[in-house]
Amino acid sequence: MAARDIFRNGLDAQNPALVQLLGLCPLLAVSSSAGSALGLGLATLTVLVTSNLIASVLGRWLLPEIRLAVFVLTIAGAVTAVELSMAAWWPGLHDSLGIFLPLIVTNCLVLARAEAFASRQPIRAALLDALAMGLGFLLVLLALGSAREFLGRGSIGADLGLLLGGDASGSGIRVFAAAHGFLLALLPPGAFVLLGLMLAARNWRRQEKASATPGTLTTPGRATS
Amino acid sequence: MDTTGAEPVRRRPLRAALLLAAATVVTVGLVAIVNDLARPRIEANERAQRVAQLAEVLGGTSYDNDLLQDVVTVRDAERLGTDEPLPVYRARQAGRPVAAILTAVAPDGYAGSIRMLVGIGADGRLLGVRVVAHRETPGLGDAIDERKSTWIDGFKGRSIGDPVLERWQVRKDGGDFDQFTGATVTPRAVVRAVLNALTYFEANRATLLAARPG
Repeated sequence: MAARDIFRNGLDAQNPALVQLLGLCPLLAVSSSAGSALGLGLATLTVLVTSNLIASVLGRWLLPEIRLAVFVLTIAGAVTAVELSMAAWWPGLHDSLGIFLPLIVTNCLVLARAEAFASRQPIRAALLDALAMGLGFLLVLLALGSAREFLGRGSIGADLGLLLGGDASGSGIRVFAAAHGFLLALLPPGAFVLLGLMLAARNWRRQEKASATPGTLTTPGRATS
Repeated sequence: MDTTGAEPVRRRPLRAALLLAAATVVTVGLVAIVNDLARPRIEANERAQRVAQLAEVLGGTSYDNDLLQDVVTVRDAERLGTDEPLPVYRARQAGRPVAAILTAVAPDGYAGSIRMLVGIGADGRLLGVRVVAHRETPGLGDAIDERKSTWIDGFKGRSIGDPVLERWQVRKDGGDFDQFTGATVTPRAVVRAVLNALTYFEANRATLLAARPG
């Protein structure tokens, strides 16, 4: 598969969050600010690259009976390593991500890419796929996080400082006072509504494109947990 | 993909088991190495964080002892909010007690109990309050966290008679402390717990400040 197609798949055509609808639990839970969204996005990306690499290297000579077990094992190992490193070098970010960091293990996106793609592909394609899928997930997470933070608290990137190991205050731009924020955006229902709007916008754009070029069929969103 | 070819059927499970065991050993080994590398830093972080947190609730009061070493353990279910033993740290300057840091729990937060550190000067005035553990709603009740808002600094300089006892409440209940938009339960619980900690300190001031560590 050409590198271009792999990237198009990850960022758009097969975007893990907007098309495959994978990993929605952390997506909705951690996206209350741009800082934690970016943190979780980067952590997921790191785990994806590691697990896809291992899946691609091991995939061809692992017995099918234990392939899935070995993938689950290595993913759990990679997540633990990322979590420990984060606790050691970015303690502030580690605290703000809380339980959702170890829960990357259960993000079906990671296992799905290892099993369905990386285990049958050469290392280069598997790595590109991990980068593309990870970036696709990260961008949606970041967009959702920034939108919720802006609507709910009136700031842009206020806790990005956590990523640099500092504390939450002092970074970012304040647009209006937090007290005037749209509270719903910070609560879980607001996350669902905003993600729904993003999905709708994407599908609408696809339909516009499809009707402009007759003969091509759109692939509607495929729902998996 | 299938490299097993002519392998006898009964040996396949054994090979699978060995491969799985090998993968386990390698993964666990790698995690152990990362753990070894990260552990000292994690412990240093935790210690630094605790010292910084303790120094913060002292609000700039100068002291010259090691707070983590000068600890007494107390227990008061009614006024400290939990029946588990809680540490009280003492700050001293040239051997003379200048402040105590109580650990207090607000048992009636919106989502479980809220754990905090309450720094009280030897004169009974609050030097600072910090929430150290809570599960309050992000964006609503979590404004008690000083990383999210400065509300908690409103306790600084207060004491048991300032404001008078009946105004030690959130504004909604006729008191002097602000509540948050959309969250009253959380600040109400914190205000009550801080007052309780002050009451406890007043009642036990001499013993808390004088007692030998242990």
